Amino acid sequence: MTIPAGWQIDIGLEIHAQLNTQSKIFSGASTLFGQSPNSQACAIDLGMPGVLPSVNAEVFKKAVQFGLSIGAMINQESRFDRKNYFYPDLPKGYQITQMDHPIVLGGEITIQTSNGTEKIIRVTRAHLEEDAGKSIHDFKPGYTGIDLNRAGTPLLEIVSEPDIKNAEEAVAYAKAIHQLLTYLEVCDGNMAEGSLRFDANISVRRQDAEALGTRSEIKNLNSFRFLEQAIHFETERQISVLEAGGTLIQDTRLFDPDRHETRSMRSKETATDYRYFPEPDLLPVMLTAEFIEEIQAQLPELPGKRAQRYQTAHELSASDAALLSQDRRLGDYFDEVLTFSGNAKSAANWVRGDLLSKLNEHELGITVCPISPKHLGEMIQLIDQGVISGKIAKAVFAALWSKQTESAGDYVQKNQLEQVSDASAIEPLIDALIAENPKQAADLRAGKDKLLGFFVGKVMQATKGKANPKQVNDLIRQKLSEP
Amino acid sequence: MNDLVNETTLVELSTLAALPFEPDKSKATLDALNEVLALVGQMQSLDVSNVRPLAHPLERHQTLRADSVTETIDPSALSQNAPLYEAGLYFVPKVIE
Amino acid sequence: MNLNFATLADLQKALRDRDISATELTQHYLTRIEALDPALNSFISIQAEAALDAARRADECLARGNARPLTGIAIAQKDIFCLQGQRTTAGSKMLSDFIAPYTATCSEKLADAGAITLGKTNMDEFAMGSSNENSYFGAVHNPWDPQLIPGGSSGGSAAAVAAGLCAASTGTDTGGSIRQPAAMCGLTGLKPTYGRISRWGMIAFASSLDQAGPMTRTAQDAAILLEHMAGHDPRDSTSLNEPVPRFSEGLSNNIKGLRIGVCREFFTDGLDPLVESSIRQALAVYESLGATLVDVSLPHTPYSVSAYYVIAPAECSANLARFDGIRYGHRCLDPENLQDLYQRSRGEGFGEEVKKRILVGTFALSAGYFDAFYHRAQKIRRLIKEDFVKAFEHVDVIAGPTAPTPAFPLGEKAGNPVEMYLQDIFTISASLAGVPAMSIPAGLANGLPVGLQLIGNYLQEGPLLQAAHQFQQATHWHTLTPPEAL
Repeated sequence: MTIPAGWQIDIGLEIHAQLNTQSKIFSGASTLFGQSPNSQACAIDLGMPGVLPSVNAEVFKKAVQFGLSIGAMINQESRFDRKNYFYPDLPKGYQITQMDHPIVLGGEITIQTSNGTEKIIRVTRAHLEEDAGKSIHDFKPGYTGIDLNRAGTPLLEIVSEPDIKNAEEAVAYAKAIHQLLTYLEVCDGNMAEGSLRFDANISVRRQDAEALGTRSEIKNLNSFRFLEQAIHFETERQISVLEAGGTLIQDTRLFDPDRHETRSMRSKETATDYRYFPEPDLLPVMLTAEFIEEIQAQLPELPGKRAQRYQTAHELSASDAALLSQDRRLGDYFDEVLTFSGNAKSAANWVRGDLLSKLNEHELGITVCPISPKHLGEMIQLIDQGVISGKIAKAVFAALWSKQTESAGDYVQKNQLEQVSDASAIEPLIDALIAENPKQAADLRAGKDKLLGFFVGKVMQATKGKANPKQVNDLIRQKLSEP
Repeated sequence: MNDLVNETTLVELSTLAALPFEPDKSKATLDALNEVLALVGQMQSLDVSNVRPLAHPLERHQTLRADSVTETIDPSALSQNAPLYEAGLYFVPKVIE
Repeated sequence: MNLNFATLADLQKALRDRDISATELTQHYLTRIEALDPALNSFISIQAEAALDAARRADECLARGNARPLTGIAIAQKDIFCLQGQRTTAGSKMLSDFIAPYTATCSEKLADAGAITLGKTNMDEFAMGSSNENSYFGAVHNPWDPQLIPGGSSGGSAAAVAAGLCAASTGTDTGGSIRQPAAMCGLTGLKPTYGRISRWGMIAFASSLDQAGPMTRTAQDAAILLEHMAGHDPRDSTSLNEPVPRFSEGLSNNIKGLRIGVCREFFTDGLDPLVESSIRQALAVYESLGATLVDVSLPHTPYSVSAYYVIAPAECSANLARFDGIRYGHRCLDPENLQDLYQRSRGEGFGEEVKKRILVGTFALSAGYFDAFYHRAQKIRRLIKEDFVKAFEHVDVIAGPTAPTPAFPLGEKAGNPVEMYLQDIFTISASLAGVPAMSIPAGLANGLPVGLQLIGNYLQEGPLLQAAHQFQQATHWHTLTPPEAL
């Protein structure tokens, strides 16, 4: 996207992440997605008369995991507040949220910009609140149906400073948050199901202007593509209004994914006074220092650090390191393979190559991989030790995958797949082949190197693939360099 | 003391509170509101500059519950009072965003 | 034994000794309700069949000898407590047909102890009022003089016990709604420490102030009921995780050396001279029992009503936002659009006092006024709490009048909200601070009951009840009953 000369954009993102707890934040109802309408809404979620909220401990654990991972400050004492407004998907007529004393304050996310440099986007705060229900518009003509299954699902709202300056940075930031939340396993990141939603606050100003311009809030964007498109449209809209001499009003807008444009929300034309006040039905939440320390101690190695370790300690390429560290469980798997086979490069090749492609082919995740890290590691060790060749290993791998065997070693032994590296076994074969194929031998001696493969292939055939390819190569060259 | 609430304020408050603004009752409502607010206004004479607000009478901390599903939901019992409920949904006049 | 005005304690004994049966007792009350309640209007709904069924089962338990402490005791409950499968209205058109899908915790505890519920009592709508004139189901009349108000918001609960229509009743108190009607009807009414009794299933008015409590003929009866109603409830995050003492034990210890604080701010100009004189005499009785009277001050009392009429409406404005005609409750006919649905359903469903308080609360929380109103009120709340903390360093109990006047005529203050609000002038502070307080009969003013308020320190309902009980051992006011012209 090109920003018209003389203008700059300021974007702040509010990201709503559904935390993947079993029960809701303020009730013991299930958070399972996709159930029949209102089958997961208990009396508390329905806001019935006389009901009261209780607080799910796990939401705090997950919020603290996130906060610590972005270097934020954790508020040991945080509080809940009521945000008051009327909407049918908000059964109590108020949302329980955290206003003045959120659980997380500050923090940073590092993104890669399009020209390869790193940029830090500051996080202002993150707080806990409850999700609202869903409106179904087309079920009954003239009516909107309200499903409150989602009401009460825990949300972590992550608010960034307006440090984001264009759509690409916005998407990079959103993706980084997505990755972190899924890596920490505090959110399933399923955007199609609404697990992660973005509100973008967008304003423009002239290059030399000090103050931020009037902003619009684009609500409920649920894909990176829509986020990008919405920002493009909105910034163009704002700039063209201002360039024509008009003024902008602070408003709330929705993105239309079919028309790729934003439009003002009817119901929110004037800024609503939410009349926040402390939630009287809930007491301030006090987290002990021990609670926070324990979470800190149990935090997984984050992708950035892990990739670094793979490069420095294991000399993996940047590409291998990045791929293996992006998915937490894949990285865990890889680390475990390493404990059984010291060869990081080989392990990386097998994991990111054969293993991942097999998993993808069968649409399996690494956590249900039929080959355990131990068994893969043992196989790699056999290759390292020269017991089997890389080629034979493919057959062993297939056997492990189909669960024909769980031990590479046993399989190799049983099927006599050991590599033949003994020169005294290979040399006679080579001699015989040279004798049988004088023309090719002569050509090869003369420098037609591609004939090497001809002889190697024949040796492999004769040895049923078990000959050590390097050994064979060397011996052939040796023999043909002799007069 | 000047009235804190006038008709414009009353209209705004009614909107915020999702209550109807009834013009024929507006004077009576305003008088009543302003009277209460005048009573409440007696608070203003006190110096509270160094006082922290008290939100909960007994200053204790929240007990957190374990994350497990404890509610068995009977949608028919919970929806028995619903004025317009079909196919598991509560209905309102169509909302246009 | 005169069943009409028998105490709960006496009835427990009589039932255990099989002097009377539970069925007889329940039937007695039901007959009396049918005869006398039309003039009082203290009940919104009566569950005659269910009560008699429960009574029959109670008799079986009593015969077998495995009765629980309240087996066969027939009570009435304020229609603010949800009882599963039964109509629970909160005195409002908004919930006039609401069938509760769950039972309030404190009601369930009473049922578990064997109590029988005769019916749900009338109340000021959503507990907002001091005269029970704000009910959708009509005003309640004071059994002492049907032209007078019984007090509110638990007016129905008070009238029912005072008229001998039940052994005891449950009420709720937010700014005085148990204590003041108890005073006006010659009863003992207790608001426990905030958090002592669970609020689960109790329709909310002002969350940080609401508390359930017993309304009874005697302090001993109140102790018995409190024992069963109280206790930690994980469903209510504000409920206290404290052991519940056996309040009914230890009442008979004497009160020699009890330090009673006489709060000078409770003896204001607005106090009816006859009420004051009854209170002074009651204090003299305490001295004769060996208590010491100590002069105390709760200096921020004059600001309590102001602070309360910000905090309570603010919380209620949010608590009542759920009433929108969508999932339950009154819904207007043929709403044109969403806004119409909300406004007309709520406009039609709520009475004038409720709407007024919602507007006051909305105002107090609104941008530009939050600091001057809500925030300031919360600060005053802390000052009031600190007043009590300081006072209780020197005294065990604080005493004074419960209400500035005895019961007044229906309609007298209805058009004058501020005058009505000032009825709570002595009771509000204890609600704001969350300390336990109770009212006991202490005299008559022109033949009408006068209530003495006793306020205790946090979690000290025991000493409070003991002080009340000892007074009742030495006086007869609590034994008086309305003239049986009814």
